[in-house]
Amino acid sequence: MADRDDKDLLGAANMNRRGLLKCMGWTGTGVVWTLSGGIPRTLGLIGEASAAETQAGDLTFLQISDSHVGFDKPANPNALGTFQEAIAKINAMPTQPAFIIHTGDITHLSKDKEFDDADQAMKALKPPVHVIPGEHDVADADNGKLYLDRYGKGTNGKGWYSFDVGGVHFIALINVFNFEPGFKSAGLAKLGDEQLEWMEKDVKGLAASTPVVVFAHLPLWTIYQEWGWGTEDAPRALGYLKRFGSVTVLNGHIHQIQQKVEGNVSLYTARSTAFPQPAPGSAPAPGPMKVPAERLHSVLGVRTVNYVRGNSPLAVVETPLGA
Amino acid sequence: MSPIRAALLGTLGIASLLVAGTPERPAAGEPGDQAAVRIDNFNFTPPTLVVAPGTTVTWTNADDSPHTVREKDGKFKSAALDTDDTFSQTFAALGEYEYFCSIHPRMVGKIVVQPVKPAS
Repeated sequence: MADRDDKDLLGAANMNRRGLLKCMGWTGTGVVWTLSGGIPRTLGLIGEASAAETQAGDLTFLQISDSHVGFDKPANPNALGTFQEAIAKINAMPTQPAFIIHTGDITHLSKDKEFDDADQAMKALKPPVHVIPGEHDVADADNGKLYLDRYGKGTNGKGWYSFDVGGVHFIALINVFNFEPGFKSAGLAKLGDEQLEWMEKDVKGLAASTPVVVFAHLPLWTIYQEWGWGTEDAPRALGYLKRFGSVTVLNGHIHQIQQKVEGNVSLYTARSTAFPQPAPGSAPAPGPMKVPAERLHSVLGVRTVNYVRGNSPLAVVETPLGA
Repeated sequence: MSPIRAALLGTLGIASLLVAGTPERPAAGEPGDQAAVRIDNFNFTPPTLVVAPGTTVTWTNADDSPHTVREKDGKFKSAALDTDDTFSQTFAALGEYEYFCSIHPRMVGKIVVQPVKPAS
């Protein structure tokens, strides 16, 4: 896919986006986004425009990610607690989302107790919750058996699935089972042939005007190869979506907001509800990043996405836990 | 292993990792040889460890991040190791075992199981 980001076409939009993202990073203030023809533009800071833009009949869903239940190191001594806070925040929203997607790393160490605690916390959510695993959820000695026993029912292959809500097609992909160990490669994630073949069939019958939203734990574009922050065979997956007018990809894994526009495809990564990670290449290795306790809530968060029927823009709203 | 190769290993200092012991030694009453791999700063140290058959290798995670030890074809694998958790594996058969961390697949290591230098 031709990379049309950065220059010419989106130059001006990018300047705004970058400037605002930088601002968000420092202040923890959320920004409301709409997507029109694949080009994001901001509607302003939360509180100025925000969820007030939501009209009755719009489809709103919400993304949470990287809750790392069980994590108790100095970067966040109570990851279950901040996950519960995020859930309480969602429950307090005046308009409840149609559903919630958890984009993986539900647990920190794939332990039964951690899955139990996370399940118990998510039971408090009113809308249905969909999940996909992160690599931390399939780190048991049985290579993901605990996760699949719990969440794999009614899914395809090793847990992937798709569904339709309000005219939007949602695809939940899994890229934590087929890592290429870095003996010779960069250690990037892989979707694998079986899943890619399934996906090709899954979208075959859809009209090109159908908005498509794809979830996956690791980014479907290579953000930083040195840390394995990418998916080797993602171009094949995105290739199947080329003919669609509106494609939104929502990822987790890197515990910070990054985004990229490639033609009709907008890709986003989400914040964690547990702890931040360093910006790509800014530390010797990825991993939990300790910030002053009073700043922690400003770097954790949840994301709402709003789809307005008819003219198909998706508005992506970041809400820090501290907001 | 040829005597020449064993001698070469000796000159490389690798023999110092080998504790006396032969595959023929009766197991009963004999504690196995021990060797250690430290997981630190997203690395397996040493990245390649040469041991005699029957050696038990213990990995210890000294990182804040959890890691796993997984042989590339699944011959052995640990659960997720939190800080200070350990995982042990005994190597009976000769061979080379490449392994990686399934959470951070760029982290790779190798265990080489070779017969000890024949007693002269």
